Amino acid sequence: MELTRRDAVAALATVGATGGVALGTRRSDDGGDGAGGADGAGEAEAAALDEAAVRASMAAVATVVYPEAVDGVEAFVDRFLDGRLDGSAHAAGLRATVGDLDDAARSWHGAPLVDLSETTRDELLREVGADVADEVPDGTLAERVRYYVVNELLLALYASPTGGELVGLENPQGHPGGTESYRRGPR
Amino acid sequence: MSAGDVDRTPVADAEVCVVGAGPAGALVADRLAPDHEVVVLDAGPRFDPADRLARQERAIRPSDGRPDVWDVGGERDAYATSGERSYPLNHARVKGLGGSTLHWQGMVMRLHEDDFNSGTERGVGPDWPIDYADLQPYYAEAERELGVAGASDNPYAPPREEPHPMPAFKPSYSDSLFAEACEELGIDMHSVPNARNSEAYDGRSACAGYGTCQPVCPAGAKYDATVHVERAEERGATVIDRAPVQRLEHDGDDSVTAAVYATPDGTEHRQEADAFVVACGGVETPRLLLLSASDAYPDGLANSSGTVGKFFMDHLFAGVGGTLDEPTRQNHVGFYTSACDQFYDEANEEVAPFKLEFFNYAGPSPVEMALTGDDWGDELLGRLRDGYGTHVAMGGLVEQLPRSDSYVTLHSERTDDRGNPVPEVHWSVGDRALRTIERANEIQRSILEELGAEIEWVVGPDATGPAYHHMGTTRMSEDPDAGVVDADCRTHDLENCWIASSSVFPTSGAMNPTLTIAALALRAADDVRERLSQSL
Ligand SMILES: Cc1cc2nc3c(=O)[nH]c(=O)nc-3n(C[C@H](O)[C@H](O)[C@H](O)COP(=O)(O)OP(=O)(O)OC[C@H]3O[C@@H](n4cnc5c(N)ncnc54)[C@H](O)[C@@H]3O)c2cc1C
Ligand code: SF4
Repeated sequence: MELTRRDAVAALATVGATGGVALGTRRSDDGGDGAGGADGAGEAEAAALDEAAVRASMAAVATVVYPEAVDGVEAFVDRFLDGRLDGSAHAAGLRATVGDLDDAARSWHGAPLVDLSETTRDELLREVGADVADEVPDGTLAERVRYYVVNELLLALYASPTGGELVGLENPQGHPGGTESYRRGPR
Repeated sequence: MSAGDVDRTPVADAEVCVVGAGPAGALVADRLAPDHEVVVLDAGPRFDPADRLARQERAIRPSDGRPDVWDVGGERDAYATSGERSYPLNHARVKGLGGSTLHWQGMVMRLHEDDFNSGTERGVGPDWPIDYADLQPYYAEAERELGVAGASDNPYAPPREEPHPMPAFKPSYSDSLFAEACEELGIDMHSVPNARNSEAYDGRSACAGYGTCQPVCPAGAKYDATVHVERAEERGATVIDRAPVQRLEHDGDDSVTAAVYATPDGTEHRQEADAFVVACGGVETPRLLLLSASDAYPDGLANSSGTVGKFFMDHLFAGVGGTLDEPTRQNHVGFYTSACDQFYDEANEEVAPFKLEFFNYAGPSPVEMALTGDDWGDELLGRLRDGYGTHVAMGGLVEQLPRSDSYVTLHSERTDDRGNPVPEVHWSVGDRALRTIERANEIQRSILEELGAEIEWVVGPDATGPAYHHMGTTRMSEDPDAGVVDADCRTHDLENCWIASSSVFPTSGAMNPTLTIAALALRAADDVRERLSQSL
């Protein structure tokens, strides 16, 4: 099933593009120590990936966490990130965490994330513990990868109409799909 | 907006001071603002409408709890729970302009005629000092103010004088499945009134189907009280946020003279006014009166009767859910479209009134499922496909009676961020309500069985929980020894002080309370206006 520009726009309409995510995370508000992903922020300076590399890395992870059945992943992720990679604390946390994940790829597998095979990328995500971790925006690397990378991507997909349709729900929660679909029977 | 940018000093020559900017306070302020100098003080912030999508993300993502969506919690909202059933107070309220309606579900029914005369008609509990007929015109007005989508197809509803302001939402696909089963069993289904736009209304858009109504509607299609806060401001009222009232002061003539409030920079101010309306919700309203104890009122302001904080009630949830072997098309929207009030007026001493609801959001939401679990890719999709698609569920609400062992008081040790004793909620539920939950479960179960569902869960008397409707804690009574306010919601003890809240309900019925809160608030505002015109 092809992910379209409409899906990316819809996903952004769900979770909020620029401005929306500026609300940040409640934990980082509470902690009073500034941006989300606080403990990764320092390292992030050193590990900083440029904008294109962040996008390419996110797309590379998306091919692992999205089901085989979807196409058009790269363009979808790119369009989605247009709205997410703004000046917010959330964007800073996302960049820092992708940087840290890329570091792990280089030290454990000797190559940047984008150059790893799909199988190795899957392994890497499991090695950092993102499969079993709960998402925590200012937590450990595993918890941050789960929050800023894995769940960020899963949220984008499953709150979009195409992602919803994969499951049989063309108006998934978070998507403003109108007031017709709840009345329709199965097709 | 940072705390420093805002003028939070008192308003000179205020005639009316409203404490609390939920629907009750906002409606009073809006009604009085054209003709009077009105100031509204609220403990919580002015939320930025631009943040609603981000709040929706909080609602979907597992890292944020429900109270986090609207920044509830922390020392400001500390509380204690001590009854036989624990009470999750911070899931049950929001502080800020708009109040708990920012989070609410928006189901808005009128109480039934017998609910106002429970003692006489059902043999239990007190009668209200007013009847359905006294409130009927205010119900109609409240429906117009909130914007209610409804239809007149419910034979069990109390009499109406006019159609609802908007047409009802049409029944869902799963309603059509339930309808067949109900027909077999002789159970009636009908539409249900929603404070949610089925078409554009009052400058707000029609429902867009986001499906996250509770706890946040990004479209503004679900009514929340920011509507009336904003209109009150347009009409000249001053609304001060982050201004928790610490206590009310009074003079020797049984008049409230000032509301003493704190501001974020730590200063305290005194807002004087001719009339005061306390609208802090069913827990903070009695708390504020208790915090305002004085030499003249050592047990708390307006508490000569000793009933402030007593008789805390909530509605109890009863539900049954399961799966069918066919698609049920759930979780497209976040509200329900059909209900059953058929059994409501069978209530008597033994059985409480209760209503039944047919859910459109049974079972898990795939996007939320996707964010938890240790799988991704095809494996995750497989789990989502298995988990979503065939669920059905019914809910229901049950009345509980006012009881002396169910109350809100001040905790003896814990204090909040300002050093005030926190509210202690001591919630107890009697046998009549528990029996009625079983009765509701029986009917729900029979419907699901008729549908051919495999029943997977039952919320019965043991697992039941509150519906987050706080009632009874400053009850209305003609007798000053038996209640806190009179039939106009004016306190018996203080002649210029009114209470707008479900805290005045002597009994609770089983209908969600906010339409009745709104009707009573409009009625109380009329009384304030009349008395102001007579210079009190
Ligand atoms: C999850 C959820 C779902 C709900 N669903 C429904 C529903 O479907 N139908 C329905 O009828 N009802 C529902 N309710 C209940 C409904 O939200 C309340 O009945 C309604 O909001 C009460 O209005 P209120 O103005 O009395 O109090 P609130 O809305 O609670 O507002 C009180 C205001 O007072 C302020 N305040 C408190 N103390 C002070 C103080 N000392 N000084 C200054 N300000 C103060 C608070 O900050 C708050 O803004 C639901 C509630 C919840 C939590
Ligand atoms: S489904 Fe609920 S959240 Fe979505 S637009 Fe309608 S009222 Fe708002």
